[in-house]
Amino acid sequence: MENYFEAGIENLRQKLLLMASRAETAVNESVQALMQRNHDLALRVKADDDVIDRFEVEIDELAIQLLTKAPLASNLRLVTVAMKISQNLERIGDEATKIAKRARDLSQEPPVKVTLDLPRMATLALAMVKDALDSFVQRDSVAARCLIPRDKEVDALNKQIQEQLTQHMMDNPDAIARCLHWIVAAKSLERIADHAKNIAEEVVYLCEAQDIRHSPKG
Amino acid sequence: MAEIILPKINLPEAKVTATAGGAPLIAIEQLSLYYGASKALKNISLNLGEKIVTAFIGPSGCGKSTLLRCLNRMNDLIDNVRIEGAIKIGGHEIYNKDVDVIELRKRVGMVFQKSNPFPKSIYENVAYGLRLHGVKNRSALDEAVEQSLQQSALWDEVKDRLHSSALGLSGGQQQRLCIARAIAIKPEIILMDEPASALDPIATTRIEELILNLKKDFTIVIVTHNMQQAARISDETAFFYIGELVEFGPTTKIFTNPAQKRTEDYVTGRFG
Amino acid sequence: MNTITPPQYLPDNTSDTTRLTRHFRAEKFDFWSFFFSGLTGLATLFILGILAVILTNIVINGWSAISWHFVSTIPKKDFFDASTTGVLPMIVGTTIRVFVMTIFVIPVGVITAIYLTEYAPNTSIITRVIRAAVNNLAGVPSIVFGLFGLGFFINFVGKNMDALLHNPSAVWGQPALIWAALTLAVMTLPVVIVATEESLKAIPPGLREASLALGATKLETIWRIVLPQALPGIMTGGILAVSRAAGEVAPILFTGVAYYMASLPLHVTDQFMDLGYHVFVLATQSPNIEQTRPILYATVLVLLLLTFALNIVAIIIRARMRKKLRALG
Repeated sequence: MENYFEAGIENLRQKLLLMASRAETAVNESVQALMQRNHDLALRVKADDDVIDRFEVEIDELAIQLLTKAPLASNLRLVTVAMKISQNLERIGDEATKIAKRARDLSQEPPVKVTLDLPRMATLALAMVKDALDSFVQRDSVAARCLIPRDKEVDALNKQIQEQLTQHMMDNPDAIARCLHWIVAAKSLERIADHAKNIAEEVVYLCEAQDIRHSPKG
Repeated sequence: MAEIILPKINLPEAKVTATAGGAPLIAIEQLSLYYGASKALKNISLNLGEKIVTAFIGPSGCGKSTLLRCLNRMNDLIDNVRIEGAIKIGGHEIYNKDVDVIELRKRVGMVFQKSNPFPKSIYENVAYGLRLHGVKNRSALDEAVEQSLQQSALWDEVKDRLHSSALGLSGGQQQRLCIARAIAIKPEIILMDEPASALDPIATTRIEELILNLKKDFTIVIVTHNMQQAARISDETAFFYIGELVEFGPTTKIFTNPAQKRTEDYVTGRFG
Repeated sequence: MNTITPPQYLPDNTSDTTRLTRHFRAEKFDFWSFFFSGLTGLATLFILGILAVILTNIVINGWSAISWHFVSTIPKKDFFDASTTGVLPMIVGTTIRVFVMTIFVIPVGVITAIYLTEYAPNTSIITRVIRAAVNNLAGVPSIVFGLFGLGFFINFVGKNMDALLHNPSAVWGQPALIWAALTLAVMTLPVVIVATEESLKAIPPGLREASLALGATKLETIWRIVLPQALPGIMTGGILAVSRAAGEVAPILFTGVAYYMASLPLHVTDQFMDLGYHVFVLATQSPNIEQTRPILYATVLVLLLLTFALNIVAIIIRARMRKKLRALG
């Protein structure tokens, strides 16, 4: 006989995974559009953000429904964590859209002549997103814990890039507009890494029932 | 970013206070119970705290009701029952040969699953225990009856018909009457065997509210098959499975992050 | 249990009302239902009919001899003169012996039933022996009880009592009201035991548990909760015992009934006259059956009315008890 409650929980997980893969794709494609100056790709990313937003609403509704059935223990943790992860994924989607918008604008302009460590930052951020989502799928709290310190590196890179661009803007005032786009894009990547870290923290809570947010080590 | 002020949530702390001498109020030590040859309770060791609500949960036939009935020796009434191990209440071993069972039951009261008021008036039901133990003075009885009915949240509904039959009350009212009857003789411990399982949701809620209020004055042990009920009203929970104690701890922990897989499986509905 | 056939042959534009009425008129006639309800009706009529015939027979034949004088006179030795005879001592004798029997049978029966239901462990040999004894007692023929009463109560208990009390002549060692009543008590004991047991078993165990959980002993629980609730059932046992005992003649034949007593029985060692026995006397000893018949039937009628009256009184008492149990404690 079918267990409707378990089916509901599984449905929630599946929706979350679908949303996650969409968000991951959005980040991948927006970074790609940025690096390759691909105008069309940028527009596509922006358009697809709607889908991610709808997912957040659906997941929240489903979670509320499941809460009325008073889940307990690991089911309870899954439902509350699902709501939080979906919010983080939606923000990742938004940040990806921001990157896409900047990619769109930058692709219309001549490239800026400065060597930035942005590709490496993008790779790190993308890896963090992928690893966070993998740790959710695998319920691997050790992997999630390992992810958290990696955010520092991304922050450092963001700072470094900002300094570089600020210097460049002072030296080349005609490049200011384009540099600002880059600064915003870098900032968005840094935010994406933050959200990936948040997701990892939620995964730790799901698996270990330990709340490691805002603790000195995290 | 502006700081978001979240409301402070106070989780109830498990109060396992000690009686003088450092012992918990109810100490179950290596208790085993046999129905003839079959072992219904297997080496249970458990300490129950004072003036809190402890819940016994578990699937049907796991022994939670059997254990409850050991605490006031109601299992003595069944032929063929044999006990090994000890139960100490307030430090005294209750299965000792020289223990007066009547005295024990004065101090450990019980409320049953199906409400069982006597076919007498409401007043006489509550006064029954008092009369049993020698209280004759009319005004003392009146006062005690009123106080018990007040404490059971039944006074307002019956104060004008104290001398009408108890059988004319609704199911929920009858159960509250049984609670009033039990607390009239001022026991220290109240045992409740699925007290709300035969009641509709509103009556159930009232009983649960009542229990939360009663724990200020009484130590309560409740057997329930309704996990949400245990989560709502108990401070500590013990999970039993086929006669064994699987896990015991603060209710919040049992229901958000149990240590044992069997507990997790039961609580999330994967069996039982 | 009539089967209803769906309306099959109505065209689609038939109105709903017509459909419904046709629906019900189309009920199939169920032969077996009719047959069995007819059969039960006939059985009832048959029983009522027989009762009516018996009663009518008695009333028609006995009515002429019934009078206030009849029921209030102590007759002379000649029972067969309708104008002078009376049945007062028989009425008194029957009533008193039933009454004394009740005094003995109810307590003994109730206590036995309480032991069997509340105390005796279900699996022990003793319980099974007692139950078997009770069941077998119910099947013993009444005349055997009469002989038992003679042999045990009169010849054993009574004679020994006389010896112990140093009575010069037999006081206890002869037929007497007390022995007849005790014999009847032994005979109706199973009825009282069974009725009491049934009413005890009907009390939900939850009530006993509740009382014990409040710190009552088993005895207190029985006295305060169980017995009061079982009283109507015990009364039923009493009613059944009384009805049976009032009409029995064989058990009292050797144990206390007399052909003729000049005065009413006053002491437990007195003998007594009895309505049932008197019917036997009138039927077998009469010189002129035509003259005696009305007296005989009148005696039967008096016995029936007496039993009826005793039952009514008991039933009213029981009904009052039941009402009291339902209303308040």
